[in-house]
Amino acid sequence: MKKLIVTVSVIICMLVVLSFNSKKTDPYFQFHENLSEYNFFKGKLNELLPADGIIPYDLNTPLFSDYAEKARFIKVPAGKKINYNATSVFDMPLGTVLIKNFYYYNDVRKPALGKRIIETRLLANMEDGWHTYQYIWNEEQTEALFEPIGDVITVEYIDAAGKKIKAQYVVPSQPQCKGCHGRKDTIIPIGIAARHLNGDYVYANEKQNQLQYWQQLGLIDLPNSTIPANAKWNDEKSGSLNDRARAYLDINCGNCHNPNGPANTSGLFLDIHTTNTTALGINKTPVAAGRGSGHLKYAIDPGKPNQSFMIYRMNSVDPGIAMPEIGRNRVHKEGVALISKWIKEIGKN
Amino acid sequence: MLCQLRLTSTLVLLVSFATVRSQDTEQKKIQRMFVTAVDNSTIELPEGTFQLNMSLWLDGKKNVLIKGKGMDKTILNFTNQVSGAEGIKITNGKNITLQDLTVQDTKGDAIKTQQVDGIIFKQVKAEWTRGANSKNGAYGLYPVQCTNVLIDGCEAWGASDAGIYVGQSSYIVVKNSKATENVAGIEIENSLYADVYDNEATNNTGGILIFDLPDLVQKKGGYIRVYRNNVYHNNHINFAPKGNIVGKVPQGTGVMILATNHVDVFENKIINNITASTAIVSYYITENPIKDSSYYPFPTQINIYNNTYEREAVRTTGKGRMGKMYRFKLRFGKNVPHIQYDGIVDQKSPAEICIRNNSNQSFANLDAENGFKNISRDASKHDCTLQPVPKVELKN
Repeated sequence: MKKLIVTVSVIICMLVVLSFNSKKTDPYFQFHENLSEYNFFKGKLNELLPADGIIPYDLNTPLFSDYAEKARFIKVPAGKKINYNATSVFDMPLGTVLIKNFYYYNDVRKPALGKRIIETRLLANMEDGWHTYQYIWNEEQTEALFEPIGDVITVEYIDAAGKKIKAQYVVPSQPQCKGCHGRKDTIIPIGIAARHLNGDYVYANEKQNQLQYWQQLGLIDLPNSTIPANAKWNDEKSGSLNDRARAYLDINCGNCHNPNGPANTSGLFLDIHTTNTTALGINKTPVAAGRGSGHLKYAIDPGKPNQSFMIYRMNSVDPGIAMPEIGRNRVHKEGVALISKWIKEIGKN
Repeated sequence: MLCQLRLTSTLVLLVSFATVRSQDTEQKKIQRMFVTAVDNSTIELPEGTFQLNMSLWLDGKKNVLIKGKGMDKTILNFTNQVSGAEGIKITNGKNITLQDLTVQDTKGDAIKTQQVDGIIFKQVKAEWTRGANSKNGAYGLYPVQCTNVLIDGCEAWGASDAGIYVGQSSYIVVKNSKATENVAGIEIENSLYADVYDNEATNNTGGILIFDLPDLVQKKGGYIRVYRNNVYHNNHINFAPKGNIVGKVPQGTGVMILATNHVDVFENKIINNITASTAIVSYYITENPIKDSSYYPFPTQINIYNNTYEREAVRTTGKGRMGKMYRFKLRFGKNVPHIQYDGIVDQKSPAEICIRNNSNQSFANLDAENGFKNISRDASKHDCTLQPVPKVELKN
């Protein structure tokens, strides 16, 4: 009998311990199954109105995610500060949460006609590092539920050109989050870095530089030295063609394609800090690219975008060819056009 | 103790089933098992053929066994894949075993494991059911940046690059496995300390390839033993997408050593590979420019002995750029030497290449450096022995 009790209590114990595996408890972040339970937003959940202490932000050049719109927010624990550095992701206090909502307007030309939120992804800084959690919104748009395996969801909307779009949108699985956010065996945020944030945001009808606004709130201390800023990929006033192309590659490719990222097996490094032209792909032969090489010799063939397999991979939605490997199931035509133009220019130097 | 262990694993199983939701489809059940797996657990895959549209990904786990009901009993098919670049992906782990299952028809690689210390593939098959096709994924079994890799009793069929491919890894054993109808049957690339033995490589473009390439994170491979393999009839047309280095491998290659150092090739049966039973070449033969200053492009410390060579009296391939070299420059006709060395040497430190005691041994130095002017069939310069490469000890 005693033995039985021990066994049963061991089982119960194990159940308790194990069921929290992907939903750690932590003094800095309390996991919830439902998005609403976090109280990130006030009023109706799907209006995404930030509660006190939740700050909206944007990136100069964002990641392309199948033409989805994104509403990003950061929550820094009260009284705590972010540590500034010029080159990489800021060091953020424990308990910091990044909240990224992915949605489509029903009609891109008329935002007033409403939107459909597909998913919300959280990055939470806990005692043992950052963790990712993704929530899928219900049809009624009243709640989003944690779903570690992700899903494939059909989205329908009218695009900026007035064209009816019906597409498959992939919500990543929890390990897939790490596909972009992984650094060796840890997880790191991507967008919370000086070069991405150093730009204007419209706060309650007032435009202001985001980092300066954060400083005013006491969230960060900025240096007196120059703060780097990535160009806006689609704004010619924000930088040269090279600046805009490099900013695009930096955010869309550079998290994996850098010396410490999961794509370092390829020797192709597309982060903003790369200066070696071979590492950047210029006249670089494919490594383990398989069908991704598209029968072409080089990642970038200077002056010849159509002979560059970087473009071939950006133009594909075949999982065996497409880059990035995850998070993109449609071709970003405007992005392809930008990088093609840039490759044409490289040939002139 | 053992009893207690068994109890624990049973409990873990109970739990991992508890996390499966009742409304899940078979596909979601399997995905959930991978995502919610915990350390020291078993993912038991049922018998049957399962259609999956997303990669199965196991990340950051220790001591996990992924087990099907048998190579031909548990089949994961990825024909309808919309997301993820491979079928199964295992990353940042320790002591992970994949066993008794088949992964089929992935759009990219079949099974990729990266940054895992202690990865075992046992009776695992990777295949593309339509057979050789350049639209197939690149690699079948693909451990990269791993340590203590064991591939035992596995099969790979139809990969458009390499069926069994170990890259940028160290401490590797590939044995009792079979690679058929791939561009490269078994390939060890930029990897250190590998034993490749008792395998069968047939009907590939190249049977067994030992490569060192530039511009990679792990620069140097070497200390590799290739022995007791059956490498026969690797004459399949090269169907790799062009641009890839393996696309340059001429059909009819048995064993090829490219720019790797410390390689022992012995007691293999290398039979009826029409172009090069054994090729020892530098990276220059690829005609690709080298921009990596830390890369050493020459093969050296190569030991080839006690192998059995046979070939029918037929011409080499004439296909591709390499085929042109055979047709117009080398002109061996039907008298093709079994062991071919490109003869491109490092002037500062001449290569040590020893060739001895092979049954039916024949040799040619292709003098590629001087435009194939003085092709020599004299192997006497290579009648020597080298310190044998030591056996690989895995720490699994």
